[in-house]
Amino acid sequence: MPDWKEQIRKQLAGLKLAPTREAEIVEELAQHAEDRCRELEASGAAEAEARRITIEEIGGHELLAKELEAVERTDAPEPVVFGARSKARFLTGLGQDLRYGFRTLRKSPGFTAIAMLALALGIGANTAIFSVVNGVLLRPLAYPDPNRLLNIWETTAEFSQASVAYPNYLDWRRANHSFTDMGTYRGDDFNFTGSGEPEQVAGEYVSASLLPVLGVTPFLGRGFLPEEDRQGAPCAVMLAYGFWNQRFAADPNILGKSLTLNAVNCTVAGVLPRDFRFSSARVYMPIEQMNSVELRTRESHPGLRVLGRLKPGVTMAAAQTEMASICTALSHQYPASNAGRGVSVVRMKDDMVGYIRPTLLLLVGAVGFVLIIACANVANLLLARSAARGREFAIRAALGADRRRVVRQLLTESVLLALGGATIGLPIARWGTSLVLAAAPGNLPRSQEIGIDPYVLLFTLAVSTLTGVLFGLAPAFHGANANPQDSLKEGARGAGGGRHRAESVFVAVEVGLAVILLVGAGLMIQSIWRLWRVNPGFNTRNVLTTEVALSPQVMGSPAGIRLAYQQLLGRVAAIPGVQSAALTALLPLGESDSEIPFWPGTGPQPPQDRLKLAVSYLVSADYPRVMQIPVRRGRFFTERDNLNSPQVAVIDEVFARHIFPDRDPVGQQIGLMVLGPVRIVGVVGHVKQWGLDSDDTSKVRDQIYIPFLQIPDRFMTEGVAGVPIVLRTIPEPLSLVNAVRTQIAGPARDQPIYSVRTMEQIISGSLAERRFTMLLLIIFAATALLLAAVGIYGVMSYAVTRRTHELGIRAALGASRREIVGLVVRQGMKVAGVGMATGLVAALALTRLMADLLYGVRPADPATLATVTLLLGGVALLACYIPARRATAVDPVVALRCE
Amino acid sequence: MEDRSIDREWKKGSAELLLLSLLEALPRHGYEISKLIEQRSQGALRFHVASLYPMLYRLEKRGWIQGRWVEKSGQRRRRYYRLTSQGRKVLASQREGWQTFVAAIGRITGVENA
Repeated sequence: MPDWKEQIRKQLAGLKLAPTREAEIVEELAQHAEDRCRELEASGAAEAEARRITIEEIGGHELLAKELEAVERTDAPEPVVFGARSKARFLTGLGQDLRYGFRTLRKSPGFTAIAMLALALGIGANTAIFSVVNGVLLRPLAYPDPNRLLNIWETTAEFSQASVAYPNYLDWRRANHSFTDMGTYRGDDFNFTGSGEPEQVAGEYVSASLLPVLGVTPFLGRGFLPEEDRQGAPCAVMLAYGFWNQRFAADPNILGKSLTLNAVNCTVAGVLPRDFRFSSARVYMPIEQMNSVELRTRESHPGLRVLGRLKPGVTMAAAQTEMASICTALSHQYPASNAGRGVSVVRMKDDMVGYIRPTLLLLVGAVGFVLIIACANVANLLLARSAARGREFAIRAALGADRRRVVRQLLTESVLLALGGATIGLPIARWGTSLVLAAAPGNLPRSQEIGIDPYVLLFTLAVSTLTGVLFGLAPAFHGANANPQDSLKEGARGAGGGRHRAESVFVAVEVGLAVILLVGAGLMIQSIWRLWRVNPGFNTRNVLTTEVALSPQVMGSPAGIRLAYQQLLGRVAAIPGVQSAALTALLPLGESDSEIPFWPGTGPQPPQDRLKLAVSYLVSADYPRVMQIPVRRGRFFTERDNLNSPQVAVIDEVFARHIFPDRDPVGQQIGLMVLGPVRIVGVVGHVKQWGLDSDDTSKVRDQIYIPFLQIPDRFMTEGVAGVPIVLRTIPEPLSLVNAVRTQIAGPARDQPIYSVRTMEQIISGSLAERRFTMLLLIIFAATALLLAAVGIYGVMSYAVTRRTHELGIRAALGASRREIVGLVVRQGMKVAGVGMATGLVAALALTRLMADLLYGVRPADPATLATVTLLLGGVALLACYIPARRATAVDPVVALRCE
Repeated sequence: MEDRSIDREWKKGSAELLLLSLLEALPRHGYEISKLIEQRSQGALRFHVASLYPMLYRLEKRGWIQGRWVEKSGQRRRRYYRLTSQGRKVLASQREGWQTFVAAIGRITGVENA
């Protein structure tokens, strides 16, 4: 039997096929020939005859070669011509690069996994923070033409944004030409008597014009009509979508039905859309339903906010100018109430999110650093690999590949890595986002709008591609610059010095950025720690606070309300474990504030701009006992200070120093707006009303306590629906909640409690935003520290391996272990030291940006800087020491033999 | 020259139809295909190595058939060709074209279509 393969190979010789393809064809055709030859023999042909026929059939007249050439030639790989720039060639090349990249990465799964994980951490964290920034800062508000929505505030000497007096709002609305319309609103709680137990629901009083100003149409029914927003009109109500869903089972026939709010029957006019996120209110009522003297008096500012929609073509500045002139006119017309009052228009979105912007931008910067550190780490990994691949590049170069092509191949690989990292990073981002939201302060604006949307995905894609190019660039150019001769000559040892320099630079950058993040985190920790130690002016431990909705039965008469509160306090104080109980219209460090204008002396009330402001606490007699606020002079008031006795007040020490610097305030008289003259009977300690951090710098610091029992009848029925109760308890406060609930509910079980919190929770809430920043900075700094340590360790380990030979010689020449360890550690610490020094300088510059978030510590706090230096120095030392120890284990004989 | 090339294309077209038809039912290797053509045409048509394999490779390149090395126990491995879904579509349309063509020729030449 002849060698058919040889026969066929001869035929194909001229075709110059790819070796694997040729082998395949040869095998297949040889088989055919063999079968054919056997068949011929079986049918009676002589062996020689059969062979002749078969050979004839295979390739008589070179037929096979000709036919095959026609087919196979088009299949031959296109010769790669460098410098040719046709698009097709580029795409083919890209396809090749991608395929090759995939293969290369698959071949070293360990490297790929580590690099992708580092990138996934960086990209995931960045995506998480970006999705928060996107939802809060970038995405426009969900109203038509949201940039024309402006908040309009009153301004005073003390406040740049004060709430608006209702009569002023009405005048503004009538007089202005800048806005298509204005609306006003004010949050309040309503006592909702549904089918079961009464409950307190969050509500909002709104003007009929508010929805049209926002550009929102109800989901069901209609908004309020102007005639419903008039004093004495029958009560109409609109429901939030969620409330309608949960409490009325999404009843489609809800319109026109009636529900009882604050013991008044209200007809449902409409249901708001599902995505209406204007406020967290569950029910909305026309503002004129707010049956309050405060609404009608120009002196009062009962927390009304005003929103306007700019007319097309009117600028914010023009609106501000027009509003200011309206305000001037009003202050001339009503000097008693309006003198010194100005106006300020602010874009609604800026008002909502402006205060959190610096915090979020700080976090964007911090998380960006984490990504850069991750990039530097991966770049180092790639550099180490490119040394190992030096021969590959050298061979490519020797075969005529130009630098561009090699760079492109390497960049394709790193972009592939980054995209892989992004794929793993996205789940991390989702998880991270929910973590951020869980840790975010409860009042983080627009938090429901945070999520992963196309913009976030686009961001991730952009960041990861950019990342890939960024960390791939240095290794790529290094690989491309490899001199073929050097690399091929060098043998087992790694490539030359350029790579080591790049490695050191990357490690120094990592260390530097880690320093910045650590300093930032350290400063935040210090601030929070100092804030916790600030004395708020009262004892925060074992205080329970709750808000109470009085029974609708007693709301009718002022005397009834007074009695109800007194009985309620009596019942609560009798609970075993409760030491004392008091009511207060204002909780310290809470979210609300209340000021009363006053004037010293016994004269008549001066004009508005000559009045002073004090934080006012409307409290019952036991308040200082519950809060443990010290009484410095005189006395606090008692139950006997009531409507039948002269009006009294107690001031705090700041008020005393401010108004009576040279006199004993006890016995002095002052005038209070609305209430008239009162006599000061005592001085108590100052309470940090405006927050542990900002109270010292706030403009209104004088505080005045007014006896609840001396509130005149005409003010009694308003603003007492949800007055907080404070209790000092002996056991853990929250353990008494059930007993308190039962006692407050009363015989008719119609007085619900809500917003039950301990005073410590309120304090903690007041620090939420800072704690949020601190927490994230700690996470970022810890990640940075870890990555930097890994970076140093990796580079030092590699350096030790590279220097095995040298260290072996040193050991052979008598260097002690100590000397060798010292040698290696010194090399590593030099790099870390440069990074740390650079980082400290950069930190000094950058932490100044976070000065507003700090408390009691300067950005250039020496203790923080020293701690960070020590911490990072220690970690770097450890990361150098471990490889150095390994270096001493080098056996000189082995080391020298490996050449 | 021109005549010859038309002739060639013509043959090539019908040969492709033959190969695709033979692979319709089940995958076969090259030698099997050549035997089947010879048997079913009762010796009238013969495909030798030099014409058969280049044609198979061409069909494979077009994605109409796909070859795969199959090793059956006790035998050497062989390359089996199977029809791809694209090939199946091409076969259907070629078959239709062929029938139309044959019918047209029949109508013109007076030879009855079987």
